[in-house]
Amino acid sequence: MELGPYLVLATLEGAVTAAVLALTAVGLSLVFGVMRVVNIAHGEFFMLGAVLAWWIAQSVVEHPAIGFALALVAAPLIVGALAVAADMTILKRLDYDPERTIVATIGLLYIIQQVTLMGYGPDARPVEAPFNTRLALPWFEHGAEGWQMIWPWGLGTTSYKLAVIGAAVALLCAVWALMARTRIGLVMRATQADREMALAFGIPVERVYAGVFGLGAALAALAGVLIVPIQQAHYLMGADPLLLSFIVVIIGGLGSLPGTVLAAVLIGLSDGIISVFFSPTLAKILATLLVGLVLVFRPQGLFGARGA
Amino acid sequence: MNTLKPGQKTGITRRGALAGGIAAASLPLWARYSHAQTAAPIKIGFQVHRTGIGAAYGRWYDRTTQAAVKLINEGGGINGRMVEIVAEDDGTDPKRGAEVVEKFANQHGCDIGFGTLFSHVVIGSAPRAGELKLPYFVVSEGHHVASGMLNRYTLQPGITDVKSQVQAMAPYVAANLGKKVTMVFPDFAFGHDHRDFFTQAIEAQGGEVLAHIAIPPSETSFTKYFPKIPRDTEVLYHVMVGPAVLTFVKELGEFFGGQGPALFGFIDSLEAVAIDSPGLEFLENSYFWEGMCRDQQPDQSEYETAYRTAVGVNEHGASVSDPRDVATYAHMFGCWETLHVIKAGMEAAGYTGPQDRAALIEAVEAMTTLPESLAHPQGDKIFNGKTHQVFGHQNISRVEGGKLVRVHRTSIEDTLYPDEVDYTAQPL
Repeated sequence: MELGPYLVLATLEGAVTAAVLALTAVGLSLVFGVMRVVNIAHGEFFMLGAVLAWWIAQSVVEHPAIGFALALVAAPLIVGALAVAADMTILKRLDYDPERTIVATIGLLYIIQQVTLMGYGPDARPVEAPFNTRLALPWFEHGAEGWQMIWPWGLGTTSYKLAVIGAAVALLCAVWALMARTRIGLVMRATQADREMALAFGIPVERVYAGVFGLGAALAALAGVLIVPIQQAHYLMGADPLLLSFIVVIIGGLGSLPGTVLAAVLIGLSDGIISVFFSPTLAKILATLLVGLVLVFRPQGLFGARGA
Repeated sequence: MNTLKPGQKTGITRRGALAGGIAAASLPLWARYSHAQTAAPIKIGFQVHRTGIGAAYGRWYDRTTQAAVKLINEGGGINGRMVEIVAEDDGTDPKRGAEVVEKFANQHGCDIGFGTLFSHVVIGSAPRAGELKLPYFVVSEGHHVASGMLNRYTLQPGITDVKSQVQAMAPYVAANLGKKVTMVFPDFAFGHDHRDFFTQAIEAQGGEVLAHIAIPPSETSFTKYFPKIPRDTEVLYHVMVGPAVLTFVKELGEFFGGQGPALFGFIDSLEAVAIDSPGLEFLENSYFWEGMCRDQQPDQSEYETAYRTAVGVNEHGASVSDPRDVATYAHMFGCWETLHVIKAGMEAAGYTGPQDRAALIEAVEAMTTLPESLAHPQGDKIFNGKTHQVFGHQNISRVEGGKLVRVHRTSIEDTLYPDEVDYTAQPL
């Protein structure tokens, strides 16, 4: 394929990766920022979102769009509720001790994964997209008769992929508005800034923690629901998003939302472009190398305000 | 020194009495054991991909195996003994595979090991089977058996290998679809067999492979690989495995958008996936290799009809109880046929127990023609005792109206190639 169309395609693919990654990583970043909990089970919440989407979509017999719309609402709520329960029964009892919560979330990872394997099985199952039209993109080529518009094969995307990008942007704006413009966001930011002081001012810190853990998990689940018409639901699908989310969160700065979004776009696009031009393995190598460099030269991340 | 003290003397006597007592006590046990030798079931260790990237195949390999064993047992078992399947999940993981083989031999007391599909698991497990001298019947398609890479205890008598399959496909592809081919294949042993042998075979037909595109079998998103397909490609040859095959084919369709080269795929790209899934409409008029035809063909033999019924597969290759549960129909007959070869081999060798394992190997090596029958519903076959590999007919189907319709069936001769190893020269 020629360089121009190749680059356009790589960018589009990268943008889809970036969109889903940004949503997942923002959830992880939020949980770390407010609670100082490194949630190793975050990828499993992503997987649960996708698996629940399949379960909801296949139990609704009407038009696939209805099942999907229902999944879009219900799956994040169920996963969020599950995360709130996990917070109240496990993390709270560990006093949110950083080391012990890491071990606890590792345990949570395996429990969620194996229960899914037992209940849902080892197969990858598809969810039908509510709409999915292929959109061919034109390209301009300078031929014998001057500039011509051509429609090369391979250059195209689907309406659903564009919708995923749009939905992610809208959701990220909503998260930002929640954090910056609402009372709930104010309370969260206060808890993040100084837990003791927030407690002294009568903020119910434990309830804030449960809410944040639920919100983080719901965001991951939402990303899972959005990706499942493209990728299929599978019980092991949580590993990649977890790794990439950590990469993004470390590069962007732990706890910083703008940093996380910027890093997600950076990693997603470079993953798309490097994968297309060279190899997906090289894309992962470079992303990991970047994490190493950030940790050595700017440990607080690109946008991190304080040392993490 | 030469006078024995009383204490010592009694010690010897006591020891002697003890030994005699043990011998006496164990006599009835021995008698029971030798009796059990003839009535106890024959234990076949079934290495199954229950989890991991081979899970869909594992589910159907299991169903086919259970159906074949039921048939064999209803017919009186093997040498009058019932067959018992001891199934162990290997997670489609080579390391775990070797451990499973070890468990079969040392823990479960299995007579043989059987049933492995994914080539990297076979390659990881077979050396251990050889060391344990456990006959290991694989149902894998990989060329690793016939290439001489494995050992005398590993046999593949129920399914043909990739080298013979692609060799038989190349003339049809070159004559009907085009000569400039780009190959997309999974990046592990099985995919490398496709890469190496199809490239050779198409060159022998005056064609060429323009590009080789290797994709990790655990990949979940594929569009990023497709721009590497050169524009002057006439035929896109695709073969993919793993949980994401549906995504692979769907993205292939979205990528080309109704344009692009002719498509020739190995049905592996769509095993366990309904061909009428949304997004796969573009496959209409494209071609597939099939080991055994998923959709019932008009000339289906009585044996295949009986086989479909026994395994519980409908006329479209899906489960009778759940039409959404599509079988790995092009491959799983290998389990059925392998179990019947094991039965024939054990009966020819007069197999009574693990001491006869070497005789079983020799009996299977002595097999040559395997006629089409209920034991071999896919068709007649030729077994090569030297290379431990079976050869058989291959099918090419075209998607017509959402069904796979057979357009060509190769002869067995089309699939033969010179021997690369003589396992019978290795010690047993």
